[in-house]
Amino acid sequence: MLVIGERINGMFKDVGKAIADKERGVIQKLAKDQVAQGAGMLDVNVGPAAADAVEAMKWLVEVIQEVTDTPLALDSTKPEVIEAGLKLVKKKALINSTTAKKEKLDSLLPMAKQYKAGLIGLTMGESGIPRDRHQRSEFAARIVSACMEAQVPLEDLYLDPIILPVNVAQAQAQEVLESIREFKLLSDPSPKTVVGLSNISQGTKSRSLINRTFLVMAAVCGLDAAIADPLDKELMDGLITAELILNKHIYCASFLDARRKK
Amino acid sequence: MPMELVKEKWSNTINTVTIGATKEEGGTRTSKITVGGEPSLPYLFGEGGMPNKPVIAMEVLDVEPKDWPQVLKEPFKDVLSNPAQWAKKCVDQYKAELICLRLQGTHPDFGNLSADKAASTVKSILDAVGVPLIVLGSGNDEKDSLVLPKCSEAAKGQRCLFGDATEDNYKTLTASCLADGHNIIGESPIDINIAKQVNILISDMGFDLTKIVINTTIGALGYGLEYAYSIMERARLAALLGDKMLSMPFVCFVGQEAWRAKEAKGLESEHPEWGPQAQRGPIWEATTAVLVLLSGADILIMRHPKAVEMVRGTIERLIKKG
Repeated sequence: MLVIGERINGMFKDVGKAIADKERGVIQKLAKDQVAQGAGMLDVNVGPAAADAVEAMKWLVEVIQEVTDTPLALDSTKPEVIEAGLKLVKKKALINSTTAKKEKLDSLLPMAKQYKAGLIGLTMGESGIPRDRHQRSEFAARIVSACMEAQVPLEDLYLDPIILPVNVAQAQAQEVLESIREFKLLSDPSPKTVVGLSNISQGTKSRSLINRTFLVMAAVCGLDAAIADPLDKELMDGLITAELILNKHIYCASFLDARRKK
Repeated sequence: MPMELVKEKWSNTINTVTIGATKEEGGTRTSKITVGGEPSLPYLFGEGGMPNKPVIAMEVLDVEPKDWPQVLKEPFKDVLSNPAQWAKKCVDQYKAELICLRLQGTHPDFGNLSADKAASTVKSILDAVGVPLIVLGSGNDEKDSLVLPKCSEAAKGQRCLFGDATEDNYKTLTASCLADGHNIIGESPIDINIAKQVNILISDMGFDLTKIVINTTIGALGYGLEYAYSIMERARLAALLGDKMLSMPFVCFVGQEAWRAKEAKGLESEHPEWGPQAQRGPIWEATTAVLVLLSGADILIMRHPKAVEMVRGTIERLIKKG
C-alpha cells in the first residue's frame, strides 16, 4: 500500500509555525523522517492560516525537494495553489483533490492532464457528504466518467470514499470499507482507492489504535493508498503485518525490518 | 488477426555481481565474471532476458576426493593431489571461466588440514590461474570460522566469492568478506523464508546487498529438484516485484548433487541396463544443470568436463535464441 505521509500540513502547529517563520529545517526533517519510515509520497498542505497560500506552497515544494525525490501530493481546496506546486515538482505529483462537483472537475481534470499528475477524487458532490455506499458509488462513477472524457488515465485516479469519525458516524466506516471494494468494479483498468486515515479517529481518545485497526481492515478490502502518519510506528507495523498475511511479501523472521529496508 | 504477446513489466531487476578483480582493480585476475542483472524471468528475451549469461565454475578440491566415483576422477587423475594443477587443467584444457575451490580437507573428519594450509592452497590457485575464484569451506561451522578468514585474507583484493554463510553461521565470514573486499554466498535449506532472513542478517552487518549471491540449495534430477525449482521461481518472482532482500543471483551446486544420485554414480556392473557410466553420469549432471538454468541459475558449480561441455553448449544456444 502506498502511504502518503500526512505530517506536512499547516494544520499541525509545528508545520504552521515553520511555514510562517520559514524554518526549512523543521519541514525537511519531517520530509526525511516520513520517507525513512515508509512514506512513498508526501502530502503537502499549507494549512488555513498561511497568509499567501500560493507562495507557501511554492516554498514548501522547493524546501522538500531539496532533501528528497519522493513524489508529492499537493493538497489544497484552491486550484491555483495546486497549480503553483505542479509547476515545481520533479516527480509525478498527485492532485489532492477534486470532488464530483462539476466546477471542481472542470478546473482540476485539465490540470491533471496538462501536468501528467495523478488525482484524488473525493466521492462527494453538490449534496455534500455521501450517506451510504450507493451514493459513494454514484459520485465515484461520475468522477470516473469525467476522467474518461478528459482523457485522464484511470490508473492515475485515486477515489476517496471519505472516512467520517467513528464517534460521530459509526455506521459509515463499514460503508467506506464496502466502497473500497465496489470502486474497483467501476472500470477496467480499475481506479485506485485512497483514504484520509486519521479522520476515522478524529475526536476519540484512542487515535492510534483506531487508525491502525481501520487501516488493516481497509488493506483486506484492497485499499491502494492511505494518507496517514508514517511516524506512527505501530501503525506501520500493523500495515506491514497485514500485507504479510495478505501474501504481498515473503515472510522471514525479520519481516518488519525487511519491509522497511525495501 | 496477429496475436500480440503479453509482456510483463516488472518493477525491479536482479542485482549484478562481479567476481574477480583485475590488476587495475587491485587484484591479479586476468578476467572477471559478471552475473545477474535479469529484468525478467529467465530467457524471456522480449522482456529483457539475460543481460549476463550464466557461467559454469569447475569444482576443485584441496585434497584428493575420496568419495568421487572413478568416472568422475578419471579426467583429473593426473592432478587430483595438486589443487593448483587441477585448477590449471580445468582452465587450460576444459576452458573453465571460474574455479570453485572446496576446502574439504580442512574438515575434522576428512584430514583436518590447518587454516594456514588452506590459505596457501588458495594462494597457489590464484598463482596458477587467472580466472576468478570461488572459495568454499568444508561445511563444519567451527572449522570454517577458523579457515575461511585466513583464506579471505590470503585472497584480499581479488574479489572472490566466499561461501557459505548460513542463518546460524554468518558473522565471521561476513566480517572477513567485508574486510577483504569479497562477495559472499548466502545459503538456505530449500526455504525461501530463511533465504530472505540470511540476506537481512548479512546486510545488517553493513554488507552490500549487491555483493551477495544466494544458494537456495537444490537436489539432483530425480531427488526433489522440483522443490528447488519452486523456491527459485518464487524468489525470482518476489525479487522482480520489488523485494530487494531476494534480488540476488543464484549459485547452484549441480555437480555435488548430481554425483550423489545413484543414476550417476551407480556402477555399470550393478546396473547394466542403465548403460555406460562414463556417459550416464555426465548426462545426469548436465540435465540437472539445464533444469536449474531454466529456473534462473546464474552460476553453476560443476564437476565432469563432459557435462560442462554439454551445458556450455546449451547456454550458448539458449542465449543465441534471444
